[in-house]
Amino acid sequence: MCLGVPGRILSIEGLVAEVDFWGVRKAIRLDIVDAPVASGDYILNHVGYAIRRIPLEEVAETLALYEALIRLAERDDLMARDVRGEIAAGGSSAGSALQAAGGEPGGGEIGGGDV
Amino acid sequence: MSERPELPRLEFRDPARARELVEGLRLAVDRVEGPPITLMHVCGSHEQAIARYGLRSVLPRGLEVIMGPGCPVCITDVPEVDEAVAIARSGARVATYGDMLRVPGSRDSLADAQAEGAQIDVVYGVDQAVELAKSSSGELVFFASGFETTAVATAAALLAGVPSNFSVLCAHKYIPPVMEIVAEMPGSRIQGFLAAGHAATITGWGVFEGFVRRQGLPVVVAGFEPLDILAGLLRLVQRIVAGEATVDNAFPRCVSKDGNLRAQRALWQVFRRVGGCWRGIAHVPNGNLRLRDEWAALDARLRFRAEIASMARQAPSALVSRCVCGEIMAGIASPADCSLFGRECLPSDPVGACMVSMEGTCRIWHRYGTRTRPSDRVGGPR
Amino acid sequence: MKRSSEARIMLRHGAGGAAMRELIEEVFLPGAQPLSAGIGLEAMDDGAALPLEGGWLILTTDAHVVKPLFFPGGDIGKLAVCGTVNDLAVMGATKPLALTCSLILEEGLSRSVLERVWGSLSESCAQVGLPLVAGDTKIMGRGEIDGLVIATTGVALAPRPISDAGLRPGDQLLVTGTLGDHGFAVMATRHALQIGSELESDVAPVHELARIALEIAGEDLVAMKDPTRGGLASALTEMARKGGVGILLAEPRLPIRPEVRALSELLGIDPLHVACEGRIVMGVRAARAEALVEALRRHPQGRDAAIVGECVSERGGEVILETGFGRRPLFELDGEPLPRIC
Repeated sequence: MCLGVPGRILSIEGLVAEVDFWGVRKAIRLDIVDAPVASGDYILNHVGYAIRRIPLEEVAETLALYEALIRLAERDDLMARDVRGEIAAGGSSAGSALQAAGGEPGGGEIGGGDV
Repeated sequence: MSERPELPRLEFRDPARARELVEGLRLAVDRVEGPPITLMHVCGSHEQAIARYGLRSVLPRGLEVIMGPGCPVCITDVPEVDEAVAIARSGARVATYGDMLRVPGSRDSLADAQAEGAQIDVVYGVDQAVELAKSSSGELVFFASGFETTAVATAAALLAGVPSNFSVLCAHKYIPPVMEIVAEMPGSRIQGFLAAGHAATITGWGVFEGFVRRQGLPVVVAGFEPLDILAGLLRLVQRIVAGEATVDNAFPRCVSKDGNLRAQRALWQVFRRVGGCWRGIAHVPNGNLRLRDEWAALDARLRFRAEIASMARQAPSALVSRCVCGEIMAGIASPADCSLFGRECLPSDPVGACMVSMEGTCRIWHRYGTRTRPSDRVGGPR
Repeated sequence: MKRSSEARIMLRHGAGGAAMRELIEEVFLPGAQPLSAGIGLEAMDDGAALPLEGGWLILTTDAHVVKPLFFPGGDIGKLAVCGTVNDLAVMGATKPLALTCSLILEEGLSRSVLERVWGSLSESCAQVGLPLVAGDTKIMGRGEIDGLVIATTGVALAPRPISDAGLRPGDQLLVTGTLGDHGFAVMATRHALQIGSELESDVAPVHELARIALEIAGEDLVAMKDPTRGGLASALTEMARKGGVGILLAEPRLPIRPEVRALSELLGIDPLHVACEGRIVMGVRAARAEALVEALRRHPQGRDAAIVGECVSERGGEVILETGFGRRPLFELDGEPLPRIC
């Protein structure tokens, strides 16, 4: 199955786009893509239909997301180590420190807010 | 000659960042004592990507990633396959996605029918099936399997218009309801769900808000590049450890809260949700897609009513009734718990769908083998 | 589970993977007279080797059923010659001696198609300096066979045969060029997929690469195979099993064209399961590996040659792929992802 592969639009004729997938071209249908598209746009192809216009600025967003997660993991670990140290020393603020290390409550993109 | 930016794609496959994310996972998991953190993904493509990049070999020991009923091949029910086989045997041409070809029904698969002379075509998309119908003189039935991501393509094709010899045997499924079923199964140890990024591209991540509220379990929507999956797992582990039941979108380049409204409109114009059986899971309310009444003329179940009614209702073989694929897909049993696994049920001679599909748990287990799976992990056998 | 297909031959029996091997072991081998000396049918190597006075007679036979008959980079005629030359070459016979050719034609086949195929076959023979010495022609009724089938037998002499069973722990594995070109080029051509690509089959006679390997590595060249049906994965799995070694394969080192990667993702097919028709997999003692890969790269057919893996004593019979993100077992093909590509 042509599953969820990103490609770049070379040209459009009506509801059909010629899409380049790293050197290979395929006709992809635009009937159900979520936004207007033009040549040069990146789309996500699934079984011959474009199901998403991938905004290039989201690529940087995704990379930033990875960085944020890694930093969060490291921060959690540092705080956890601090906390374990506190517990060992008999500190009473251990509980609240662990809660704060859990991250933002609520849904949405990591880092908060919509793109 | 082309000036395409290689950079975006390569960045999602950067081994250095992958190592950092794996390290982050290890840090998060190691902080927790007791039984392993158990989470489930519900997407065959996630399992494919995890297996293809060898990610299980680097996941920390305290983390268990179970594959749930997310392989569209595995959960296509026995009667649905029997219907396809009956139609094929009646002389109609059947177009199917390749992974469905060898799935056994109560007795035979489409491949068996093909070997006896039935005309079966493997297609990569519904449009190919439509083209086949245009160049065929007889009936062409499209065996429409797959989840909502694939169903939208079927819907779009029908809305665009198809020749009169074309009909659809609809076996599409809708994922969100089955997550509730699995979360509520007795014996379920699942602490969080990794949701399928491509399905969520269509439905949006908002559909999971009700689920996390009802079940108190976190959901993270993840993409399919190696970094996407590792990032998704890390986020989910962080939520589980923190005890937060939230929806996170770790695939913002493709998934929004509301999803692809245009695709959703097409989907619900053509299909409606009904309760039905998922192979091995039994009844899933609102988990099956069927053609709406307005599309009855293209419904193969009606067009081939006689052939389906007269197909020999064979009782499942004794072997099939011993198959525990359902429990495996729900994450409450492993292939090792199945009396048929590795004996009567093999990749070359499968009994259950989990062994047929390349993404099936049993198939993947059999290939890895209990011998190699633990030792493939970092740090050696547990 | 016993099903109606158990009594029938299925497409997967021709895929070059486990199903085909089982068919050979269960149906063909039991009736075959074993060789008293040399490499025979039970070795299931790329060809046979019979000892003669002062040397070895290498023999191979193949049938070619590729569809379409004409594909980017070649056609069934060129494929038939190259396939045979290459099978002889990887057995150590780098100077092919003679070719025979049987044709089975469908009634109604266009004469100009036949002449075009034959022209290509003859030209390929001429390029290699290989005489076509015997042949046969049969016609079957319309619809009783699909177009055209070519069956060839090749024969040559070799000072010593190179099998595919000679790997030992520590040996290095090389491939002589990019992987998966042929199978994907044929697949991309199939109109139904509507894929546009400039990818060409790698079909070519590569006996010169085999000759270079023998020259540079000598006795340190311990195994050769051409990765046709079933691709590199099948070839390596066989070599690992026959040698009783494990193979660690480094995915980042595998030479694969971007178009092949793209097709692989679009079609969901692993390039390592896809046939090459102008490539050799070589097993060589570690000491000669660098010198060999450099020598291959100096030849136009070996520009993309690379050392891609090594043999270990653990996990005998298995191929492990290091993906760059983790590792996983690489299995030979069980089913048939690409019908009629060879």
